[in-house]
Amino acid sequence: MSIEGTGGIGIGIGKTGKMDEAVKADTLDRSCDGGRVEITDAPIAVDAIVWEIKGGMKAGGDGAVCVFDGIVRDNTRGRPTLYLDYEAYREMALEQMRGLAKEAVAKFGVRDVALVHRLGRLMVGETSVLVVVCSAHRKAAFDACRWLIDTLKKTVPIWKKETFADGAVWADGEPFPDELAINPAVPAVGRAGGVDAVAGRAAGPDGEAPGAGFRGVP
Amino acid sequence: MLYFGVLTELLGQSGDAAELPEGTTVGELLRILRMRTSNDAKGGTAGDGMVERLWQSLAVAVNRAYCSSPRAVLRDGDEVALLPPVSGGAGER
Repeated sequence: MSIEGTGGIGIGIGKTGKMDEAVKADTLDRSCDGGRVEITDAPIAVDAIVWEIKGGMKAGGDGAVCVFDGIVRDNTRGRPTLYLDYEAYREMALEQMRGLAKEAVAKFGVRDVALVHRLGRLMVGETSVLVVVCSAHRKAAFDACRWLIDTLKKTVPIWKKETFADGAVWADGEPFPDELAINPAVPAVGRAGGVDAVAGRAAGPDGEAPGAGFRGVP
Repeated sequence: MLYFGVLTELLGQSGDAAELPEGTTVGELLRILRMRTSNDAKGGTAGDGMVERLWQSLAVAVNRAYCSSPRAVLRDGDEVALLPPVSGGAGER
């Protein structure tokens, strides 16, 4: 039995394989219920996307548009940031984002959702993620927007590496929800300070011992 | 197999292929990969605690869907991805 991997699909920066082309074509598809869902290597046109979703109003039924524009901050815990590199398991991330957009529409009863994430190298002040929700009333728009960004950060397979003046680290990830993790309810990696990508060692003090898992391995 | 994030550095590559006996489970594949990383360990203070926590906090995707059961049986041609805790979006949690 062979378990195959092509070793580069979706690893975001500058890859233009066949699969990426297919994905790009795919991202133009707006036929699903969840509205515009996209993973892009180009800057996110925030104003145009907000304009588009507002332009989609039918008979003026919308009373609120809630926008979350996630941008690259100039520091992490006081350490000055030079830039961030985002990578994704691209096809899976897009499928997950589509699922979230549909779920938000069903769960909160909002009219339309846009969910866009950028990959590659982003400088301070650039938009990495955009969530736009429109609905008849503001509460549903706020709630859906908050749920979308919070859930995306826990479940969509996208990672970022932060480069500082004095080194680079893979950002601490959000612990996976128990229903997704293969070893539920154990301490997350790097909670104390991240994983030093250059030296390959924990930047923070060791945490407590992990719980049950593959302990038979030497 | 596909590796992402810090795993590409731990395993030294972004993916590879494996020939496994019929009936191999996700849990068994993880054990094999873990043994590989412990055999390849570069020594020094390379933080076994960190590596251990990383393995404990992984998620696994089979054919682009999360698979939380170590007992799931792999099939010929499956695309298996090892996913460190994700960090998309902006800023910290």
